[in-house]
Amino acid sequence: MNVTSPAAEAAPPATGETILRLRGISKKFGAVSALTDIALDVHAGEVVALVGDNGAGKSTLVKVLAGVHQPTSGTIEFCGQEVTLPDPGAALHLGIATVFQDLALCENLDVVANLFLGHEMAPWRLDEVGMEVRAWTLLRELAARIPSVREPIASLSGGQRQTVAIARSLLLNPKIIMLDEPTAALGVAQTAEVLNLIERVRDRGLGVIIISHNMEDVRAVADRIVVLRLGRNSGVFTPEASNNELVAAITGATENAVSRRSARKAAEHGEISA
Amino acid sequence: MSQNQPALDRSDERVRHEETLSDSLRAFFDRIRSGDLGVLPVIVGLIVISVVFSSLNPVFLAPNNLVNMLFDCATVGMISLGIVCVLLLGEIDLSVGSMSGFASAIVGVLWVNMGWPVPAAIAAAILAGVVVGALYALLYNRLGMPSFIASLSGLLAMLGMQLYILGPTGSINLPYASPFVKFGQVMIMPDWFAYLAALLPGAGILLNGLSARRRRLAANLSAQPMTNLVLKAGALTAGLLFAVWYLNLGRGVPWMFGLFVLLVVVMNYALTRTKWGRSMFAVGGNREAARRSGINVRRIYLSAFVLCSTLAALGGVLSASRLASSSQQAGTGDVNLNAIAAAVIGGTSLFGGRGSAWAALLGIIVIQAISNGLTLLNLSSSLRYMITGGVLAIAVIVDSLARRSRMSHGRA
Ligand SMILES: Nc1ncnc2c1ncn2[C@@H]1O[C@H](COP(=O)(O)OP(=O)(O)OP(=O)(O)O)[C@@H](O)[C@H]1O
Ligand SMILES: [Mg+2]
Repeated sequence: MNVTSPAAEAAPPATGETILRLRGISKKFGAVSALTDIALDVHAGEVVALVGDNGAGKSTLVKVLAGVHQPTSGTIEFCGQEVTLPDPGAALHLGIATVFQDLALCENLDVVANLFLGHEMAPWRLDEVGMEVRAWTLLRELAARIPSVREPIASLSGGQRQTVAIARSLLLNPKIIMLDEPTAALGVAQTAEVLNLIERVRDRGLGVIIISHNMEDVRAVADRIVVLRLGRNSGVFTPEASNNELVAAITGATENAVSRRSARKAAEHGEISA
Repeated sequence: MSQNQPALDRSDERVRHEETLSDSLRAFFDRIRSGDLGVLPVIVGLIVISVVFSSLNPVFLAPNNLVNMLFDCATVGMISLGIVCVLLLGEIDLSVGSMSGFASAIVGVLWVNMGWPVPAAIAAAILAGVVVGALYALLYNRLGMPSFIASLSGLLAMLGMQLYILGPTGSINLPYASPFVKFGQVMIMPDWFAYLAALLPGAGILLNGLSARRRRLAANLSAQPMTNLVLKAGALTAGLLFAVWYLNLGRGVPWMFGLFVLLVVVMNYALTRTKWGRSMFAVGGNREAARRSGINVRRIYLSAFVLCSTLAALGGVLSASRLASSSQQAGTGDVNLNAIAAAVIGGTSLFGGRGSAWAALLGIIVIQAISNGLTLLNLSSSLRYMITGGVLAIAVIVDSLARRSRMSHGRA
């Protein structure tokens, strides 16, 4: 893919090297402990899937890494060095790019402006042509169906917005990309394109964290599956792990809503065929 | 652009593109219908105002009356330009009137009473604006104080300071013969210069448009049709030349108005062509998204509040020069609301994220036309206040309705 710039290619992290190492990360919102003592490693050239039930703390963890929230305690090591992420600018500067679950786009600005927001080409005399060409190139790679990059984001569909948000994360040649449910609103072709993209990005030696509720997508691209439950680590799996194992880790019981449902279905099926 | 390969931005067949003049006209009406009103309210407003007032008193459209109007536009327009900055962020500064009055008092006291040189007195007044703006930003950024409340207390505090430094006499007359006062009362551009200045915007549009066109075509992007460009520049130039000719039948174009327009042009460039301007719109549109893009949101608020108070102070300095006095009345009454109304009438949304520097220029012309017309009719200030209040209400209603329509048409 040609979204690289010379700057990023100058120092690609060696594959296998640990890009990100979290230890003991906790985050409290008042009385609520959204994250408790989380440990997580991400290596270069690796896709880590973060799964868990609604409210498990996945988005909170991503926001901590994006500099949006400050952890209550714990350490973050980036490329071997302990770092603090006081604001989103710091995370972006280190090379941590994020596609947020709520996308965080400015509806009043057009697609080009959103893609380059905060990192415009030629700050004192905006290079609109350069930015527009780059925008089209990026969107092409994502097989984006966007009629015009000069329309405000407010006029785009949910999936188109999601594509814009993903394109934006690639723009700055990050070392690690975090995607919070990036395919939730995407069509079949666009989902496949995003999964392809994740693989391409991984092959280029970037670390990827992907959050998804779609186990099929997760198994398709992930090298490791990290499960969170109620804000705590609840196991690390390979994509070969059985569905039961994963569901048990996510819900915290072998006896759970999913297993009960499949048992009931199986029973009903038996009755009908009997 | 090669023949068989469509331009980069023309590959989606669902989008209608403006190729010809009639396409452009249709696009214009589509925009209006979807609530993107642009300059339409201003043009409609000006036509209605001109017809009504000139039928009531023919002096209204006399060249010299219009020249006076332009002098007045410059003072409040300057304040309005600052208001545009805070409105873009979805904030407000209700103390711009007091700020301008305080600044005008500073000039009078330092210059006439204390014998400072004029430039130093002006610099002090403007510095006061910077400090007040920085203070609002501090209250907003660090303490989360709504700008509405902060500036409301600022309004009272600065009015107090204005009365305090003016002392018991309450009014200082500025020397008539000084260049400072002449600037606000009699200094007029030479005819040839005014004509030359009238040619600049058209030439600017044409040259800028041509170079943008060239670069876009070179990058395989579609470009604005040439006829549109020429027509736009031609119409603007013709309009401006006519205006200058008409004003030159009277006294001519005031330098003070020229200064105001120059600042509008600079502000327009800053808002549309720099990273700072982009960040202003982003913060006004979605503050959290702007923050997550790495924009230093606090600095953007600081810049807007400082600009607003500074321009208000500058407006106060100009009004001192215009009135040849620093008095207790300076900046009181309808100055505040006129400045805000002008920005809104010109198309700046109270909800943040929409607007332009031109709004200040166009809006203030409408406001001053109304106020001037009412003065010519010898209406008491009670009626003038009521009518100005009504106009502001209408402007805000139009803004709200247009916003609702934009939301349902996906134009935010
Ligand atoms: N800004 C906040 N203030 C207070 N509580 C919060 C905040 N953000 C998240 N929480 C709480 O933290 C917990 C974890 O939320 P989080 O958004 O991380 O869940 P999630 O795993 O992303 O869920 P989902 O799959 O629904 O996106 C929830 O209980 C939520 O209520
Ligand atoms: Mg989430």
